[in-house]
Amino acid sequence: MRIRTAGVVAVLGLALAASGCGGSDDDSSAPATKESAGAAGGKLVIWADDKRTAALKPFAETFGQTNGVTVEVQAVSKDLQTNFVTASQQGSGPDVVVGAHDWIGNLVQNGAIDPVQLAADQKSGFNETAVKAVTFNGQLYGVPYAMENLALIRNTELAPEAPKTIEELVATGKKLKAEKKASEILCLQSGQNGDAYHIYPLYTSAGGYLFGTGANGDYDPKDLGVGKPESIAAFQRIAKLGEKGEGALKRSITPENAIATFTGKKCAYLVSGPWAIADAKKANISYDISPVPGFAGGKEAQPFVGVQAFYVAAKGKNKALAQEFVANYTTKPDLAVALYNAEPRPPALTAALDQVKGSDPDLAKFTEAGKNGQVLPAIPAMAAIWDPFGKAEAAIIGGADPAKTITAAGKTISGQIK
Amino acid sequence: MSTKLSGPRSTRTSGRGPVGSGLPRTVRSHVPITATGLVVKVVLLGLVAGIAIWAAFPLVEAGKWVGLALLAATTAGLFYLYLTPRHIPAKYLLPGTVFLIAFQVFPVLYTASTAFTNFGDGHRGSKDDAIVAIQSSSVQQVPGSTEYTLSVASEGDPVTGPLVFLVTDPATGAVSAGDAGGLRRLDAADVTVAPGGKVTAADGYTVLTFGQASTRSQEITDLVVPTAGGALRSSGLSRAYEGRAIRAYDAGCDCITDRESGRTWTADEKAGSFVAADGERLAQGWKVNVGGENFSRVLTDPNISGPFFGTLLWNFAFATGSTGLTFLLGMAIALALHSPRMRGTNLYRVLLILPYAMPSFAMLLVWRDMFNTDFGLINNLFGLGVDWFGQDWSARATVLLVQLWLGYPYMFLVATGALQAIPRELTEATSVDGASPWQSFRAVTLPLLLVALAPLLIASFAYNFNNINAIWLTTEGGPFPADNPRNGATDLLITYTYRLAFGAQGAEFGTAAAVSIFIFAIVATVSAISFRSTRKQEEVYS
Repeated sequence: MRIRTAGVVAVLGLALAASGCGGSDDDSSAPATKESAGAAGGKLVIWADDKRTAALKPFAETFGQTNGVTVEVQAVSKDLQTNFVTASQQGSGPDVVVGAHDWIGNLVQNGAIDPVQLAADQKSGFNETAVKAVTFNGQLYGVPYAMENLALIRNTELAPEAPKTIEELVATGKKLKAEKKASEILCLQSGQNGDAYHIYPLYTSAGGYLFGTGANGDYDPKDLGVGKPESIAAFQRIAKLGEKGEGALKRSITPENAIATFTGKKCAYLVSGPWAIADAKKANISYDISPVPGFAGGKEAQPFVGVQAFYVAAKGKNKALAQEFVANYTTKPDLAVALYNAEPRPPALTAALDQVKGSDPDLAKFTEAGKNGQVLPAIPAMAAIWDPFGKAEAAIIGGADPAKTITAAGKTISGQIK
Repeated sequence: MSTKLSGPRSTRTSGRGPVGSGLPRTVRSHVPITATGLVVKVVLLGLVAGIAIWAAFPLVEAGKWVGLALLAATTAGLFYLYLTPRHIPAKYLLPGTVFLIAFQVFPVLYTASTAFTNFGDGHRGSKDDAIVAIQSSSVQQVPGSTEYTLSVASEGDPVTGPLVFLVTDPATGAVSAGDAGGLRRLDAADVTVAPGGKVTAADGYTVLTFGQASTRSQEITDLVVPTAGGALRSSGLSRAYEGRAIRAYDAGCDCITDRESGRTWTADEKAGSFVAADGERLAQGWKVNVGGENFSRVLTDPNISGPFFGTLLWNFAFATGSTGLTFLLGMAIALALHSPRMRGTNLYRVLLILPYAMPSFAMLLVWRDMFNTDFGLINNLFGLGVDWFGQDWSARATVLLVQLWLGYPYMFLVATGALQAIPRELTEATSVDGASPWQSFRAVTLPLLLVALAPLLIASFAYNFNNINAIWLTTEGGPFPADNPRNGATDLLITYTYRLAFGAQGAEFGTAAAVSIFIFAIVATVSAISFRSTRKQEEVYS
């Protein structure tokens, strides 16, 4: 009997110990907050990807120290958007999340973010396109801090002059290929299943569009441009650059090898964004940046403009503090400059751009290349575009009939838009 | 604690004798209690209790009483079972059963229940969540209204006192105090205003620091000060604006009304959305039960059911091909290395296991790049220009080839093990009887191998049937016919449905769950049939 009593006592003791250990983890948010309330204050949790987490940390700490609150920056390295939506549904999400502006549509339909109210003078400090990008259904949903868009990066040793048209680019590229100075005409990534983002400047130059715009300037999911005669005409021009035509666009150029092929000096031209510059610098390539050229006699080539922004979580535990951080702290140039130093993308805040422009001439060139760009649609319907549009592009580059392919893609997309 | 365990320690020294005078000898006599056993039991039960208490807090907090009752019943059951000397078989069965329920039965039931809902992006939460989201996302600043500088203050105690907004008009510098009762002007003599307009002190109020204010975040967000044009709301902790919700829910008509345009969206409980008369839907919907709609959609929607059978056929070919080819190659190598005349078998074995030791995730991507038309190793090495992933049959062959490379080491391993279990006397006997090596392999070795390996082959088939990585990381289902971007030549059912469920306008978990139930039915049927035939085979050879 002694043993059993001993056993029971021991079990109870361990149970209390175990629940104590587990409980202390679980309860740390509640009592700890209360406990520190006298000394410090509430807690702000920020979710960002790995790179930005590192850049944000010192600023978050400063914000915390000046204001007597605890700020925690947590890195979510994969599927940040999905994880955020799921977590905020469970009530375990962060107060602030950092991400691309084209998430807004999905975040809003899931009730995951709240609008941000910026004063007029705060708004006017931002690049106009950036503010437009984070505006959805007439509401401002995030505070932009960086912008990105595609440009034409060329190896100035191989191609000293910036081409004015695609035809000019192809002619130079072909000459270099004939002289065995390069093995490819143009590095524009496609892959077997296409890449809608990278082909978009050429698509717009040839007259195509994705969504029409409504009266208020928002994209209208009911006016789908894919499958319309304009889009077919556009892809007929793109087909001429494909594998059965000039050979400038190839499915063998993939997201993985496009930048490497350019830095390996196998092609003189690369269509890519600010993220490619680090590699080009590492490879010691003498390069220059110019807008993506359009077709001769066509419209302007308009790249997508993407914006990175701070959002206030709708189901966050500390919304007032989150609003304060996003609306009144991330709108300051210092933070934008620090984020630029973490990853060189043009800051959305004009004052911050002016600060870093001098030391980095590439920024102004990227901004110039994106000046006529189109805001990447944030409406949920855009999610239905990427896959079918990319596949149609790949098929057409490979020699499929543009009319048939694009009509089918248009049908698939419109079938998926609710 | 350890001092109390002197009892069992003393029994160990006395050998295998019965323990503790008070214990019923009949039951325990053949089960000696050791100190280790007791400690393990105490620790495990302690952990169970600890986990139960840890899990109970959130359940109590959320008021989930059914869950709490279930938790209490399970824990009590566990304790009873392991503290009573009876029910010996149940003691062995229970841990497995608990894990089976937690990790198999529960996810299957959850998937099945999801299949009957419209759960997905835009339909994740409850109707109340959707209404809150619609109303709060429609709050707009009143055009031309003032933007105030805000200080959050309280009347009395900073932690419990009622909250007040102290707002400064930037144009006039006038300070007002606002709470749910409205705005009232404060005398300029009673307040201290810092440059920039922020109130730092006011008679009768305690101005809260950010730290103090942030602990009352929810109250601050909820506090609206009614004004003539709308209501004063906080934007963070240092600014306030006059805003109003353009859209509001009316319980009377169960609809959302837009105050500016006058449009109404009525709740459609079947679709889980607010729908206007012209069919326009508000983006924020809620989760509802849709009955068998997801299932009937899979069967009747020509976009889904059209390419279904072609995909199913290739899916079978892929699973059979992956399993069969890896088995043939793995077995052939195992046979070769099993031969007593073979030298350096250990070295070969190590080399052959290598592909198995590498992470298949990375290897699939490497293989994809090796098959690149212009830059890939394969074409460069052999001087070819084959567009491997661009044509239906070459893409299929490539996928199978990659599968072969990834999968044969496993088959080699299990075949080696099974071969070593077959007595050499049997094959020696056949050769004495004058059978050729081939005859002896066909008649003796292969059947005995299959008896051991057939269940593994069936498992491998079931795994490859749903092998999403093998396709998604190499071809993504492509190449796609020019006129159909929905369904490619190497698509498996799982990749195809993944695209269906997550490629459209946001994720549709309901549809995905319905399709996975169909796939489950197919795999279960195939496995059941194969197991039955294996059993027959075993009866023949044993």
